[in-house]
Amino acid sequence: MSNANENGATTLYLVLAWGFVGIPLVWGVLKTLENAMKLFQ
Amino acid sequence: MSFLDRERTVARPGFSRWLVPPAALCIHLCIGQAYAFSVFNLPMTKLIGISKSAPDDWKLTELGWIFSIAIVFLGLSAAVFGRWVEDGGPRRAMFTAGLCWSVGFLLSAVGVYAHQLWLIYLGYGVLGGIGLGIGYISPVSTLIKWFPDRPGMATGMAIMGFGGGAFIASPLSVWLMQKFSTPTHVGVAETFIALGCIYFVFTMVGAAIVRVPAPGWLPAGYTPPAVAQKLITKNDVYVYDALKTPQFWLIWWVLCLNVTAGIGVLGQASAMSQEMFPGRVTPVAAAGFVGLISLFNMLGRFFWASTSDLIGRKNTYYCFFVIGTVLYILVPHTGAIGSVTLFVLCFVVIISMYGGGFSTVPAYLKDMFGTRYVGAIHGMLLTAWSAAGIFGPVLVNYIRQYQIDSGVPKAQAYNTTMYIMAGLLVIGFICNALVRAVHDRYHMKSEQESAQASVAGARA
Repeated sequence: MSNANENGATTLYLVLAWGFVGIPLVWGVLKTLENAMKLFQ
Repeated sequence: MSFLDRERTVARPGFSRWLVPPAALCIHLCIGQAYAFSVFNLPMTKLIGISKSAPDDWKLTELGWIFSIAIVFLGLSAAVFGRWVEDGGPRRAMFTAGLCWSVGFLLSAVGVYAHQLWLIYLGYGVLGGIGLGIGYISPVSTLIKWFPDRPGMATGMAIMGFGGGAFIASPLSVWLMQKFSTPTHVGVAETFIALGCIYFVFTMVGAAIVRVPAPGWLPAGYTPPAVAQKLITKNDVYVYDALKTPQFWLIWWVLCLNVTAGIGVLGQASAMSQEMFPGRVTPVAAAGFVGLISLFNMLGRFFWASTSDLIGRKNTYYCFFVIGTVLYILVPHTGAIGSVTLFVLCFVVIISMYGGGFSTVPAYLKDMFGTRYVGAIHGMLLTAWSAAGIFGPVLVNYIRQYQIDSGVPKAQAYNTTMYIMAGLLVIGFICNALVRAVHDRYHMKSEQESAQASVAGARA
């Protein structure tokens, strides 16, 4: 039971940590792609 | 401040090593803002005149020094503080880097508010530059220790963040300046304060998450090779002994030449695309081109470093030098046949290899000199970046100007530069080919010797 709780907490930490850096990065990449598309218009 | 001690960052059993890359990204995404600093240049030339530059406003040439000072201090601080970063552990280094970086922004905000340029040189240039240097190397050796099975991929992920930081900083800075600007105010000072606060929070989160593995820890299912491979040592080389080896200087030149070839083009990409295809590539499209190559700069950092885990570091650099040479020779022909698509294709691959050069080098150093001092050795190698930051733009700009002054049409003014870049890559290929395993006499012989080295370092 304790092991299952630990695994759940680790997964939550991983989601939070990767979301913390991933969301702003994806936002920035999408903004850049939006601008880059103008090259092909 | 014992919270920052290396001993306090040793991971407990059950800690997932996949939490370390986001910790590293927290710092690299912040300091990667340096690539986007140019968004402030134009607004800072209108701090007094607001709609257009007033006579007392700062000139672009004066503002250009801010970024240059920061890059010089990046190289210097990475070289000087590398040993301290290695001994103090990643949390202390990330905390210090975050503090320098954020306070640098706040000091720059005061400089903008008081219209004192020297405060910005000191804030963003010196203090921010020190934050850049310490922050850049702070997670490298920790990641290599957590991912002995995939060191290239691990450092590639972090260094990818340095390339990606500009994607966040650029639109965020523009948005913040819009929010803070008024008819009598351009909003740069407030944007610096906001960025300083945001970056402080981000870097502190990274410092809180980061952990070092317990001594002797290995990933589940991973068995280190029993015997050392030809170009992957099982021994460690003391940080200052590494400087005495030909391998260090050969890899220094490998990095310097690879970066020189890319950095000049990166800075001139917008102007080059418009001048090589007059009337076909508009300023808006050129801005899109710059965004696209920045994206490949970031993706290349992850792709090539991960590939190096499969094909080896030396072979990865062979790829950079061979493919790069061919593509640089091809670029003038894309202009001659008027193919924008082929031109873009050449440069996205070239820039991906420029980024790949940065991210593959920590693992190359680890293969040559072991993991013990890889962060500090990497710090000293970054002086190659500072040198390339001078060579690259000078080569591209001066040769272009010389060509134009000699009557060469603008569309063909970059041809000679491209051939020179190809030549530099050939020299890089030769340097890479000369890299051999480090001689036994440079290896640290025992734990006792390691301890003596530590004492000597502490006294120095």
